[in-house]
Amino acid sequence: MKQDIILAGVGGQGILSIAFVIDNAALKDGLNFKQAEVHGMAQRGGAVQSHLRLSKSHIFSDLIPKGEAELIISVEPLESLRYVEYLNPDGCIVTSTNPFCNIPDYPPIEDVLVEIRSVKKAVLIDSEKLAKEAGSSRAQNMVILGAASKYLMVGEESLMEFIKVLFKSRGENIVNMNLRAFQLGKEAAS
Amino acid sequence: MTREILLGDEAVALGAIHAGLSAGYSYPGTPASEIMEYMIRASNKEAGFKATWCVNEKVAYEEALGVSFAGKRTLVSMKHVGLNVAADPFMNSAITRINGGLVVVVADDPGMHSSQNEQDSRYYAHFAHVFCFEPSNHQEAYDMTRSAFDVSERFNIPVMVRMVTRLSHSRSRIETREIKKENPICYGQGQDWTLLPMNACRRFAHLVDAQPEFIGLSNESPFNLLDLKDYDKSLGIIASGIGYNYVMENYSNQENCPSLLKVSTYPLPEALIAKLVNHVETVLVVEEGYPLIEQTIKGLFGIPEKKLHGKLTGHLPRTGELSPDAVREALGIKPREHLRIDSSILASRPPQLCQGCPHGDTFNALNQTLEPYSQASVFSDIGCYTLGALPPYKAVDSCVCMGASVSMAKGGAEVGVFPSVAVIGDSTFAHSGITPLLDAVASNTNMTVVIVDNALVAMTGGQPTFATGEKLVQIIKGVGVPEEHIRVIVPLPKNLEKNIQVMKEEIEHNGLSVIISLRECIQKAKKKIKKGAK
Ligand SMILES: Cc1ncc(C[n+]2csc(CCOP(=O)(O)OP(=O)(O)O)c2C)c(N)n1
Ligand code: SF4
Repeated sequence: MKQDIILAGVGGQGILSIAFVIDNAALKDGLNFKQAEVHGMAQRGGAVQSHLRLSKSHIFSDLIPKGEAELIISVEPLESLRYVEYLNPDGCIVTSTNPFCNIPDYPPIEDVLVEIRSVKKAVLIDSEKLAKEAGSSRAQNMVILGAASKYLMVGEESLMEFIKVLFKSRGENIVNMNLRAFQLGKEAAS
Repeated sequence: MTREILLGDEAVALGAIHAGLSAGYSYPGTPASEIMEYMIRASNKEAGFKATWCVNEKVAYEEALGVSFAGKRTLVSMKHVGLNVAADPFMNSAITRINGGLVVVVADDPGMHSSQNEQDSRYYAHFAHVFCFEPSNHQEAYDMTRSAFDVSERFNIPVMVRMVTRLSHSRSRIETREIKKENPICYGQGQDWTLLPMNACRRFAHLVDAQPEFIGLSNESPFNLLDLKDYDKSLGIIASGIGYNYVMENYSNQENCPSLLKVSTYPLPEALIAKLVNHVETVLVVEEGYPLIEQTIKGLFGIPEKKLHGKLTGHLPRTGELSPDAVREALGIKPREHLRIDSSILASRPPQLCQGCPHGDTFNALNQTLEPYSQASVFSDIGCYTLGALPPYKAVDSCVCMGASVSMAKGGAEVGVFPSVAVIGDSTFAHSGITPLLDAVASNTNMTVVIVDNALVAMTGGQPTFATGEKLVQIIKGVGVPEEHIRVIVPLPKNLEKNIQVMKEEIEHNGLSVIISLRECIQKAKKKIKKGAK
C-alpha cells in the first residue's frame, strides 16, 4: 500500500501547508512518509513543487520516479501540468482553475484547461470562489486539499485534525474558515 | 526513544544536540540554513547550549574551534560554497589536535537549485585528510552526526557530515536515542594548537600516519553495507548517500537487487570495495555529486578485466542532480510508463522579486540613471537582488561569489570601466564586502557601491543581519569613505526622481562613493504586521 503525490503551485500559495497536514495525518494513520520540498531561491514567486510519498513499507527515494505518482494536487492550473510526466497513465489531477499570472507569457487559460481536461481523471475546482465563500481567498490551498481528500490514503478525520493544529495559533476564526474551505472543496469534488 | 517529523537538516541538528553539543555556529545558506534555525529554536526552549548565526562561515568555523579548544562539543554548518570561505580554518584545523568534538556539516546543492555551483564537499574532506560521513536518510543524518562527534574525539580531527539538498529539505520521521551530557571544560595544549612549523610538521605527519586507521574505521563501519549475491556475478553496484536510495527504489525488494555496497564513510572502505569488485564483472558507481568514488577506483588505468560504469562513462549524467529515473536507466531497467502532454504550453515561471520589493525600486532608479552611459557595468553580489539580472530589470552584469561585487567593481574601474557600480546586500556586505571596500578606500577608486539594505538576510529565509541602518553607516564611515560621499536613499516609487539625482551625482564624483538604499524587505514588514495584529 503506497501513494505518491506531487503538490504543485507558485511560491507563496501555501503548498507546504497542504504538505504539513497530509504528513501529520499520515503519521497518525501509522504510515511512513517522505516529503521533498523546495526552499530558497525557487520560492520567490517561482514554480514550486513537493514530492510527497506515503507507504506502509519503507520508502527509499525522496523523489518520486516518473510514472509513479497517483495524484497531482495543484493550487494553480498551469502548474498542475508541469509535472504530468510523474503521473502514471491512470493518474489523477486535482487542480484549481484560477490562474496566477505573474509571467508575461502565461498561455490563454482556456488552452490550459483544455490540456488539463485531456487527462483522463481531472478534477477542476474554482478554488478562489470557494475560498472567498469560506471567508478568504487565502484559503484556496485548503479548498484544494478538501477536493483531493477522497483520493488520499489518509483519513479525512486526521486531515481535519491537523488543519486545526496548523492554524491554531491564528485563532479560532481562522481555524474554522480553513475547515470550511476544506469542506467546500470536498463537496465541490464529489 | 521518541519519534519526530524532521527535515534532514533538522535531524542533523537534533543528532548534535543529543550528542552533548555545547555550541553551534553557522552563516545562512540554502540548503543548510535549517540546521541552525532548528538549533536556535531548540536552544530557546531548553537552555544549555549556544546556537548563533555568525557574520560569515570562516568566523563561524573559528568560533567552533575555540569551543573545541576548550574541550566542548561543537557543530558548524554551512552550504557547500561556505566551506570555500571557511577553507582556511578547515584545512588548518585538521592539523591541530581537536579537543572537544568538532563536526562540520556541509550541505551540497547538486543541480544548483539555489547556488552558483555544484561543488562536491567530499573532496574537501579528502583534501584535509579528515573523516567524512554521508547519510542517505533522516535516521542516518541523526545517527551519523552523533557518531561524527565520537570519531572527532577519538582521532582528534574535525569530522565532516556531507548533506545534499534532497536530504536537507526532505521531511520524514526519525527515532531518537539517549541524550548525552556536555563535556566538562578541559583546555587544549599549546603545542597541539600553535601551528608553527615545528608543531605543524609533527601534527601533519601524525595526520598522514593515521590514514590507515581511518580506512580501517570505514571498513568496519556499520554504516557501510556489503551484500554479495552468489547467484549473479554479472553486475555489482557501489552506491553512496542518496544514490543508494535511487538504486533501491528501482528494485521491488532487497532480494532482486544485484550485489551492492552502500558507502557512507570516507576515506573509502577499501577492503569492502575490493570484495565487491572481485565478485562481479561490471561495477556501476552511483554517487551524488562529482565522480569521486568512480575516479578513485578507476585511477589512471581502470581495473583489469572489469568494466566500471558511472558518470565518467556516460552511464549517469555528469552534471546536475541524480534521480530515480536516471539511475533506472543506468541499471538497464525499462522506464516506467507515464502520462504525457503537449509541453509547449508550459511557460516557465522563474523566481522573481516580490511585489513591492525595495530592490525593484533601486533597480528602476539605477537603470534610469545609467541609461545615458553606454559603457556602464553593474557588478552584483548574491541575494534577492541577484534576481535583478532577469527581466524586467536586466540590471546587473555579474554575480560570482559573496563580496565579489565590490572587488570586481574596483578591478574593473582600475582598467577603465566607467561607471563601475557594485550592488551588494547588507548581509553580504558584512560577510565579505567590508574588506574590499577598505581596498577601494585606499585607492579612492572611481566607483559607486550601492548597498541595498533591507535589514535582513532575505534570500535564505529572513535571518538576522549584522550591519543595517545606522550601524551600517558607521561601519562605512569607519572604513574611511568620506562622509559627503555616503548617501542614504529610500527606494520607493515616489522617490524615483530624487534617487536618480543622488545616483547621478555620485557616479559623476571622480572617486569612491557609497549609496545606501534603505528600506525593509516586504516579507519582513508583512510578518511584523501579522505579529502586531495578533
Ligand atoms: C559563501 C556563501 N555563503 C552563503 C551563501 C548563501 N547566500 C546567498 S545570498 C545570501 C545573503 C543575502 O543577503 P543580503 O546580501 O542581505 O541580500 P538579500 O537577500 O537580503 O536581498 C546568502 C547567505 C552563498 N551564496 N555563499
Ligand atoms: S524577500 Fe524581501 S528582499 Fe527578497 S524579493 Fe521579497 S521583498 Fe525583496
